[in-house]
Order: sequence, then structure tokens, then C-alpha cells
Amino acid sequence: MKKENLLEHKIEIHIAAQPEYLCVARSAVRKAAQLAGLPERHVDHVTLALEEALTNSIRHGYGGPCSETIIIKIRKLLPCDKKAGGLEIIVRDFGRQVDPACIKSRNLDNIKPGGLGVHIIHSLMDETEYSCPADGGMQVRMVKYLVASNLEPQQHAI
Amino acid sequence: MTAAKDNPDGVVQKVRRQSGVIILDLAGDVDLHCATGLRSRLIEIMNEKPPLAVINLSRVDFMDSSGLATLIEALQLSRRFGGQLRLAGIHERVRSIFEIARLDTIFQIFNTEAEALA
Repeated sequence: MKKENLLEHKIEIHIAAQPEYLCVARSAVRKAAQLAGLPERHVDHVTLALEEALTNSIRHGYGGPCSETIIIKIRKLLPCDKKAGGLEIIVRDFGRQVDPACIKSRNLDNIKPGGLGVHIIHSLMDETEYSCPADGGMQVRMVKYLVASNLEPQQHAI
Repeated sequence: MTAAKDNPDGVVQKVRRQSGVIILDLAGDVDLHCATGLRSRLIEIMNEKPPLAVINLSRVDFMDSSGLATLIEALQLSRRFGGQLRLAGIHERVRSIFEIARLDTIFQIFNTEAEALA
């Protein structure tokens, strides 16, 4: 856990891995992003990134819709040292684990349905980190800063 | 011209036929929840082999990669029989996913339905 910018988690949502509940999570993160002071365009970005992370949990983590749980944690990050404030979103499932090193964007030159979620998340968020919690499942941590961070950017600005 | 209430409970609000062109009106959030139904509907439409199909997205507020995948599949189906698939009325919020996936140059995208039909 990084020391900088820490705040206790303010919002935690548990949803069943059902597509019909994605809109609930989207609404929550949209509002949280607005409250964190993100510009509207970036509010749209984090909402889409969350959606893609949840979709990945449902499809790949659990192999499809089911009654298992996905946890979404949202917290506002305060400015600290060289980092701007922003919004952190963590999506946690308890399904299949994969090596985070294997989670990569696919070749976009190959026009085909599917496989865009990872690329979309990386493109929209300032930080993306996949991990395998000790008690199973996958976790993705995504951060959107209020201003461009001083870190090496993972993706271009949209 | 035929106007029919196609699926009032889903994103497919209306399917219209106009001089051999099929116009599909979508509305709401095009996400994983509705993607399966939308995909089925698009396949049905493409099975008619319309020379031109226009998907009106002016009332779509959100689209994720699942929604995008259904459009890509429809585009591929249309190309197989030499038809055209055009998108119309994409809002800025929805347009970004096309840009991120570099599909904004693959799809024919028009500001309005009228421009797409011209």
C-alpha cells in the first residue's frame, strides 16, 4: 500500500457479478468522480474504465454472470508531495487468478469484436495495477489524477 | 416507411425501413447487460442484407466495449455481403471509446441521421 495520498476508504460497494448491476456501480463512481473534482470528461473516463474492469471480472474472473461478489472501492486522493489529488478505484473479484504480467492490450490493428477492455482501462486511467490477492481472485487498482501526474504516463491523453 | 416499437425495454427503441435502408434507433446505455440482445437484433437485421443500415446513436448515453463489439460484428457482417453500416449522432461522451479503440476511422460516422442517409 502506497503511503502517499492515503485516505481511509470512503465508498465500498458490493455487487453480484450480474450485468444488470453495472449501471449501479457506474452511477456511484460517476458521482464520486464529480465530488472529487474531476472534470466532466474525466468523469466519463473513470466511469468507462470501471465498467470495463467490472466486465472483465464478470467475463474472465467468474466466467460469466453469477451470484458471486465483486467489490468496488472508491476513494478520493489528496495532493501529496509531487502527486496531485484524484480518485482511486479498486475492483476486486474472487474468481480465476491470472498472472498480471499476462494482462495486456491486444493488437488494435486486428479489427474484431472483444478484447478491448484492458486497452481502454490503460488508455483512460493514469495508473493501472493488477494483482492477485492472497485469498484468491483478481484486483485492479486504477487512479485518475486531477492534473497530469509526474509519473511516466501509461497512456496518452484523450 | 415503416415505424415500429421494437423493444421498449431494451436499447433498441425502433427499427425503421426507408427506401431499402434500415435505420436502427438505439437509446440509453449500451453495455454488457444489453449487448446480447442487441447483438441478436443486429444479426437479424444483417440477415436481411440491407444495402445500407444506419444506427442512430443520438440517444445513447453510454457505451462500453461490449456494445462496441456488437457494432464491430455488425460491420463485419455488412461487409461480407457488400452492404454499408453507418453510425449517426454519436455524442462526445460515447465517441471517445471509438477513438480509444481506433475505430473512429473504421466506421463511417456522421453527425446526423440525415447526413448518414444522404
